[in-house]
Amino acid sequence: MHEVTPAWALIAFPIVLAALALLAATFDSVLTAVATGRPAPLKAMSDPLREVARLVVQQRRRTFMPDILLMRIGIFTLVVAAVLAGVVLPLGDRPVADLSVGIVWFNAMEVCVWGSLWLTGWGPNSVYPLTGGYRFLAQGLAYELPHMFALITAALGAGSLRIGDVVGAQRGLWFAVWMPVAFAVYLISAVAMAFWGPMNQAVGSDIAGGVRAELSGPDRLIFQAGRYALLAVAAAAAVPLFLGGGVGPVLPAWLWTALKTIAVLAVLVWAKHRLPAIRMDRFMEVSWMVLIPATLLQMLIVGIVVL
Amino acid sequence: MTLQVIAFWALAVASVASGMAVFIVDSMARATFALLASLLSVGLAFLLIDLEYLGVLVILMMVMEMLIMAVFMIMYMMNPAGLMPMKMVHNDRAAMVIAAGVFVLLALGAFVTPWPRRRGRPPADVTGALGLSIMGPKMLVMMVIGVAILATMISTVVLATHRGRYDRYGDALEARRPVDPGGGRLAVRDDRDRHGEDRYGDHPGGAQQPHPDHGPGPSSPGHGHDPSHGHGH
Repeated sequence: MHEVTPAWALIAFPIVLAALALLAATFDSVLTAVATGRPAPLKAMSDPLREVARLVVQQRRRTFMPDILLMRIGIFTLVVAAVLAGVVLPLGDRPVADLSVGIVWFNAMEVCVWGSLWLTGWGPNSVYPLTGGYRFLAQGLAYELPHMFALITAALGAGSLRIGDVVGAQRGLWFAVWMPVAFAVYLISAVAMAFWGPMNQAVGSDIAGGVRAELSGPDRLIFQAGRYALLAVAAAAAVPLFLGGGVGPVLPAWLWTALKTIAVLAVLVWAKHRLPAIRMDRFMEVSWMVLIPATLLQMLIVGIVVL
Repeated sequence: MTLQVIAFWALAVASVASGMAVFIVDSMARATFALLASLLSVGLAFLLIDLEYLGVLVILMMVMEMLIMAVFMIMYMMNPAGLMPMKMVHNDRAAMVIAAGVFVLLALGAFVTPWPRRRGRPPADVTGALGLSIMGPKMLVMMVIGVAILATMISTVVLATHRGRYDRYGDALEARRPVDPGGGRLAVRDDRDRHGEDRYGDHPGGAQQPHPDHGPGPSSPGHGHDPSHGHGH
């Protein structure tokens, strides 16, 4: 049933994911340096690696009566969910795991982030992380339904839940072009899913860093790495779902995939520095009253076109 | 084939063990996630019989379900966040007898039932066949279940929330901006926020006289020009 995955993909996938995550972190720190008016902002490019070195050797802080087991499960789930969500995305022609229900798999893995953040927020037995964890659940309830409808619209357009088929269906026209609402909703929910940019209230500075307030040392390192990996995967999924995957003139498929992914990732990172924070309680109403009807309408139109 | 058998037994043991852990642990959070682990093992077991769609769907739904349970945990529990250790079982002895009885009954049923022999082969596209079945012969069942679940969801939310649209938009539903505890707009905070907060029910006297300006008239929807509150602009 499954085609054999080439061995190189197994090795290349984690490297590519780590590189994309590092790229996002680097771009983010450069933009932060520009915004804060630091002299020679390009020097901030090394900040993520410095932070890695600092966190590796940092002594762990402990809170009073923490649930260490649940907290660690939460932290690791973030990385694992990002990696597992990524395995169904094509690196070039073919993903690491070509599941026949790839879109549902992607969705399921990305929902595990709910559990991850709530557990990480719960574990330290501290009020701000707990608040952050519940904030993310509130945000999740808001973004998840439009997000699912956006994913299903892409699947509907291709007539298949296999991501490879979704890419194949876009040889003539990108889904982003004739399903603009679904694409826009996907981008919004991708930002919300990675608790990034305007939707980062779960780790907001108004609650002292929220979920990650009490994380230190290697715990914090893994959490941060997982968050950037998640952002990278969320951006990368937009490429096969809406931007034609590796299809493009002249250049090989893997290069087109990489270029498009980096472009989407750059837009998401840039948006964080350009847009004001969106409160999840307010977003709930917008999401259910505007985005859900809009995606349903989009799905209806796509359904009629496909029929 | 043997690998499949090993995987099945590993998942079966994991599922039962974490199901038992639900009643052994002393924390609401651990119990919730032990239950989730049990259900995830069941979802993974679906993948062993090539029911990919159903298996992944079980994983997706159970994660969301358990996390929504965590939301309800703070709404309904006497110890809202559940951070303190607490016992996960009540009425131990009777519960044990009932559980053992039900287990024996179900296990007996599994052994006694004359299972039908397998006929035909699974279709090449299981997911597609499932979809056709839901939209065809099983449609009535699915529609009834769907409506029942929707009704349950709506009534749960109605029971859980203490503010409806009349609290938000006034008795005549004609306020342009809702009055919410947090106040404010989608993204920005401004002075009008505090106004919104004052009009929320906690304010002394706010409950008796919630919306004095909601009658018809030029100033009716305005939250910003309410003379009964002291915030000027």
